[in-house]
Amino acid sequence: MGIIATSRLKSPWIMHFDNSSCNGCDIEVLACLTPLYDVERFGIVNMGNPKHTDVLVVTGPVNRRTARVLKNLYEQIPGPKMVIAVGTCGISGGVFHNCYNVLGGVDQVVPVDVYVPGCAARPEAIIDGVVLALQKLAKLQGVAL
Amino acid sequence: MNAWIIAIVTVIVAPFIGGLLAGIDRRITARLQGRFGPPILQPFYDFFKLLGKTRIAASRLQFIWIYGYLVFMVTALLFLVLKLDLLLLVFVIGFAGVSFALGGFSSKSPYSHIGANRELMQMLAYEPVLLLFALGVFAQNGSFLISEIFNNPTPLLARLWPIFIALLVVLTIKLRKSPFDLATSHHGHQELIKGIMTEYSGPYYALIQLTEWYEYVLLLGLVFIFWANPWWAGLIVAAIAYILELFIDNITARMTVGWAVKFVWSVGLVLCVLNLIYFWLLPIKGVS
Repeated sequence: MGIIATSRLKSPWIMHFDNSSCNGCDIEVLACLTPLYDVERFGIVNMGNPKHTDVLVVTGPVNRRTARVLKNLYEQIPGPKMVIAVGTCGISGGVFHNCYNVLGGVDQVVPVDVYVPGCAARPEAIIDGVVLALQKLAKLQGVAL
Repeated sequence: MNAWIIAIVTVIVAPFIGGLLAGIDRRITARLQGRFGPPILQPFYDFFKLLGKTRIAASRLQFIWIYGYLVFMVTALLFLVLKLDLLLLVFVIGFAGVSFALGGFSSKSPYSHIGANRELMQMLAYEPVLLLFALGVFAQNGSFLISEIFNNPTPLLARLWPIFIALLVVLTIKLRKSPFDLATSHHGHQELIKGIMTEYSGPYYALIQLTEWYEYVLLLGLVFIFWANPWWAGLIVAAIAYILELFIDNITARMTVGWAVKFVWSVGLVLCVLNLIYFWLLPIKGVS
C-alpha cells in the first residue's frame, strides 16, 4: 500500500471546471501549465476528463445551472479525490454573491478541501493550493510528503 | 525450457523498459517545449496511483476487451522475443487493435465512440503497411521466421529501407504521436476529451498504460530487427527512431483522420510496393 500512497502524492492529475467565472482565474489556472510555472515538474497534468482526475480545480461562483454540472462531474471522479476552490468567487460568490441566479461559493454544492483566495488568484497561489491539498492527503494517509 | 525463461523474463522486464521510455518521452518533450519536465519515473507514479483509485465501471464488457488488448499485445511481443513467425505477429497486433477499438465501442460515451472510429481508421491505414513489411522480409530472407532475420548477416535495412521509412510512419501512428494523435488525444482535450480511453478509469486505465508500455517495446523491437545481426546496431537504430518520433511529435500539428489514411496509403503503401517490385525484378542469389 505504501507505493500507492506515495504515488498519489506524486501524480495529482487535475481537471479544471469553470462555473460562471469571469475567466480571470481560468487564465491563471492555464498559466500554471505554461513553461514559466510548468506544474508537470510535480506530475500535475491537466486531464480534462473527470474519470482520470484526482484534483478538481473549480473557479467562479456556482449558479443554478452549473450546480448540476459540478455535482455530476464531482460524482464521476473516482476517489480519493480533492476539490480546490480558486478565486474569491469560488470561495464565496465574490462580487456576484447576491445575484438572483448565484448560489454562492463552490462549497454550497461539493465539499471543498482547499480555498485559494485572490481576484484573480495568482498562479503561485494556485500551485500552493495544490501543494496544500497534497499535504492534506498525505496527513490523511499518514505518509510524509 | 529456455523459451519459457525468455518468455517470463520478457513479460516481467518489458513494462519497466516501456515505462522508462514513456518517462524519457515526457522529459524530452518538456525540454523541447522549454519546460523542465517531470521525473523520469513519473509514468510509474501515475501507474501506481491509478491502481489505487476506486473502480468505476461504465460497462462490464469493456473490461473483457481491455484484457484482450493486453493479452494479444503480450502475445505479439512473445512472438518477437521467441523469434517466431513475423506474419502471425502482424495478425496478432491486428487482433490487439481490434480489441481496443471494440472496448471503445462498448460504452455509450460519444467521445469513446469517436475515438474508436478513429482507431479503426488508423488500423485501416497501417495494417497493409505491416503486412507488406512481413512480405518484404519474406522477399529478402525467403522465410517469415524472425530467427532467419537474426541469422542473416545482411541487415534488413540494406534492401528494405523504403519499407523502413513506411514503418516509421506506422510507428508514429502506433505510438499515438502528433500528426496521428487522433484516437486518444494526448493534446487535443477540447476536441475529444481522451477519445477511446475516456471511459476507462482507475485500475483499468492503468491496465491500458501497461499495455501501451508493452506496445512501445514491441514496436521498437520491430524497428530493432531491421539491423538485428550485431545487436547493438539494432539498438542504435531503435533509439534514433524513438528520438525522431519525439521530434516529429513536437514539430507537427495534429491532422485529420482522413488525411492520415490518405498519407499512409499514398506514401507508405507506395514505398512498400516499390520495394517489393524491386525484389521481384532483381531476385537475390541464394534465395529461391
